[in-house]
Amino acid sequence: MGTYIPHTKQDQIDMLTSISQTWDTLLSTIPSNVRLKRELNLPEGLSEFEVYHKMKAYASENVVFNTILRGAGAYDHYIPSVVRHLSAREEFVTAYTPYQSELSQGVLQSIFEFQSMMASLTGMDAANASVYDGATAAAEAIAMSYERGRRTILLSAALHPQTIEVIQTYTQELDVTIKMIDTVDGRTSIESMSKQLDESVCAVLISHPNYFGILEDVKGFRTAIIDSKVKYIVSVNPMTLGRLANPGSYGADIVVGEAQPFGLNLAFGGPYLGFMCTSDKYVRRLPGRIVGQTVDSQGKRAFTLTLQAREQHIRREKASSSICSNQAHCALTAAMYLGAIGPQGLKEVATQCANKAHALASKLEKIGYTLTYKQPFFHEFVTTTPISTTLIEQTLANHNILSGLILDDHHMLWCVSETTSDDKLDEIVAILKEVHHG
Amino acid sequence: MAKLIFELSSLGHQAVTFPPSHLPTVSFDEFENQGSIDLPEIAEIDLVRHYIGLSKMAHGVDTGFYPLGSCTMKYNPKLNEDVASLEGFAKIHPLQPLWSVQGNLKAMRHLQDALSEICGMDEFTLQPAAGAHGEFTGMLIIAAYHRQNNDLKRSKVIVPDAAHGTNPASAVMAGFDVVTVKSNACGGVDLDELRSLVDENTAALMLTNPNTLGLFDPNIKEIADLVHEAGGLLYYDGANLNAIMGLSRPGDMGFDVVHLNLHKTFSTPHGGGGPGSGPVGVKAHLIPYLPKGSYLKDLPTLESPPALSIGRMRSFHGNFLTTMRALTYILFNGKGLKEVSMNAVLNANYMMHHLSDVYTVAYPQTCMHEFVLTLEKEKDQYNVSAKDLSKAMLDHNMHPPTMYFPQIVHEALMIEPNETESKTTLDEAITLLKQLHQTMIDDPAYLQNAPYTTPVLRVDDVLAARVPILKYHKE
Repeated sequence: MGTYIPHTKQDQIDMLTSISQTWDTLLSTIPSNVRLKRELNLPEGLSEFEVYHKMKAYASENVVFNTILRGAGAYDHYIPSVVRHLSAREEFVTAYTPYQSELSQGVLQSIFEFQSMMASLTGMDAANASVYDGATAAAEAIAMSYERGRRTILLSAALHPQTIEVIQTYTQELDVTIKMIDTVDGRTSIESMSKQLDESVCAVLISHPNYFGILEDVKGFRTAIIDSKVKYIVSVNPMTLGRLANPGSYGADIVVGEAQPFGLNLAFGGPYLGFMCTSDKYVRRLPGRIVGQTVDSQGKRAFTLTLQAREQHIRREKASSSICSNQAHCALTAAMYLGAIGPQGLKEVATQCANKAHALASKLEKIGYTLTYKQPFFHEFVTTTPISTTLIEQTLANHNILSGLILDDHHMLWCVSETTSDDKLDEIVAILKEVHHG
Repeated sequence: MAKLIFELSSLGHQAVTFPPSHLPTVSFDEFENQGSIDLPEIAEIDLVRHYIGLSKMAHGVDTGFYPLGSCTMKYNPKLNEDVASLEGFAKIHPLQPLWSVQGNLKAMRHLQDALSEICGMDEFTLQPAAGAHGEFTGMLIIAAYHRQNNDLKRSKVIVPDAAHGTNPASAVMAGFDVVTVKSNACGGVDLDELRSLVDENTAALMLTNPNTLGLFDPNIKEIADLVHEAGGLLYYDGANLNAIMGLSRPGDMGFDVVHLNLHKTFSTPHGGGGPGSGPVGVKAHLIPYLPKGSYLKDLPTLESPPALSIGRMRSFHGNFLTTMRALTYILFNGKGLKEVSMNAVLNANYMMHHLSDVYTVAYPQTCMHEFVLTLEKEKDQYNVSAKDLSKAMLDHNMHPPTMYFPQIVHEALMIEPNETESKTTLDEAITLLKQLHQTMIDDPAYLQNAPYTTPVLRVDDVLAARVPILKYHKE
């Protein structure tokens, strides 16, 4: 029914005639032994109106929660109108990777600005144009770290469980050994790491804050990693850098993370935005696209894709990664978000997240919940619950609130963002108190 | 040249503010950022003008013709964008309880079934985030399959010399050694050489069909049989599926694993380089190996992995909103996907035919959705390269074809007009390319120094790589 083909039947006849072909001759290069000799078993096409309503019917079967107290790798933040409008500009949306730099300065500059913002936020020398998501960014950082004779990686057991899974998947066919660093009271143990540091180790990866929201002893790790051949990789939620010291300041070698909190929809998990930053020393090991500043033939400032000698389309089987696309449109959106809120806005969002999470934690403590770990946290925390977590999820859902994430029957991982008002926190606790005592 | 966003910054500006909160401020002591945060401070109007300015220096399908071979820059329907912004899709947390995401699961199932029918496969996973990610997924599945069968010596993956660079790179990431098979004089896989390479160590052959020359391999069945008889598997790079929908199916050709690029065949926007989406389809014997986080028929939840799963490829469930755009496109076209492919083939052959009296087509037989010109002769005679010709197109609101790929063709220009371009657009492009060819003869310097009207002129790529400046430095 619908079609995006602009030809009329007459156009098609004219075109076929002008090249002395018929549909049959034109398609005859497909050998008959692999020709599909029936129509596709799909319905007839629909009008735009019908398609929209069919898709809307699917969307309507999902529950859109008014309040979201769940993070665990996907964060609900306010997305300003200006970000939504600007990122929808068709020239950005419908462009490809900026191979032709003279025609693509807008896209290239937007990526350069994104790289600059991420490098600045993390305190590192350089960033790439982005990768698929935070988990694959961590896996790619591991791939950057291999050295001759060194293929053991030490992973904090308090990384996001899906990040650990992705690293396991990425390395399963390679000669790589994964060892886990234990946690003590929810925090990654430096002692456990130090015990496992030997001459086979090429990387240590921790998350700060970690999966449980806890702040790691990031300086302590740097001090304890004495061997200069071991890369210190830190995964961060970049929103927390509105308040927390940047990883460059405490000596990280590679910084990765998920930048979805910067203006991207929750979107059931994607598209998201993995970022990777590093020091000059390792910049030529970065995977993916990188935009650099240069000049044009008149000496005018210009931008272009650069350091491409690292990439698959040049090095083929010798490339360290097969990554080709990046999440350019997500990176553009994130840069717009940071441009819209500025340094004060970022500090404000981070501060409100932290303050509200701490407020919820202490209110919950007053009604019989206990903080599972006695450690400093940012805007996520784990409670041991007096009632079953399933009951908590159900009760809050009845009020259109998405509870914290169920870890098990009596442990819940909570997250609070700036989108939950001060008053709402009281309301949440009142609802829970009622179940508790009811 | 536009100013950088940092150069627009002036102290105290902030476009967007937040509702006040009156809670006590948490102190982070030794974790606290002691320095300043170096982000731009801009009023909203200036932010808007900055990005509108940048958008004017970008070229998308909506701006003009974009015959970038292999990348399939077809029109991106606006309907897709409206669907992707529905709150019921956009505002769903990936870890919501299953009862609250039934619509998403049904829509994913719908798309997986439709892709299975289009490709002749038995199941699809939507998890991979892009085509290259799908390749990596597929190659891990192949590795796991051979290991499960205790077939441990299969370390070799055969890749044609015309293949996308991602193919060999993905195979290596999955632990394989890559062996290259040459193309024959007609642009297909050289059967004799393939015979000499396929053996008991062969894990798989990776193939794009139609290939990167835009040619459907006439020997595909023999190729498939050859690999299968030796115990290897067939991997289909679906970058060019847009040429054969409703006409032929990779599953029927004999492929065991396929990846698709939803941003090519299924009209989801490229966004300046991503996000893409790279679903992977498999035949029944490989379903147990699909990634964790896939939504498969017989699994109770998204979190229960198939029995022999290779594991998780990325967080959550893939580039979900991208997959919903693709489903929208499939519903819109339905059976008409066949006409989509037929017209892609028509447009390519139309352009090839009308250019061939002036240009040299590398493999001049009837092509599928794209074809490759070689400017080797022009390079010799007029010292005008494929790059020079491309740069001259920039002055005429036309994005150039893919340059210097596939690598087996010298001075290659790979042209893929796609089905959403009108006859008028194609005629204009043909006229332009012919005019530029005449200019090549009359005034080669004109092309060697092009472009002239773009925001910046010929960009110095060598300097960029030699002295990398990868972020803004305050003056």
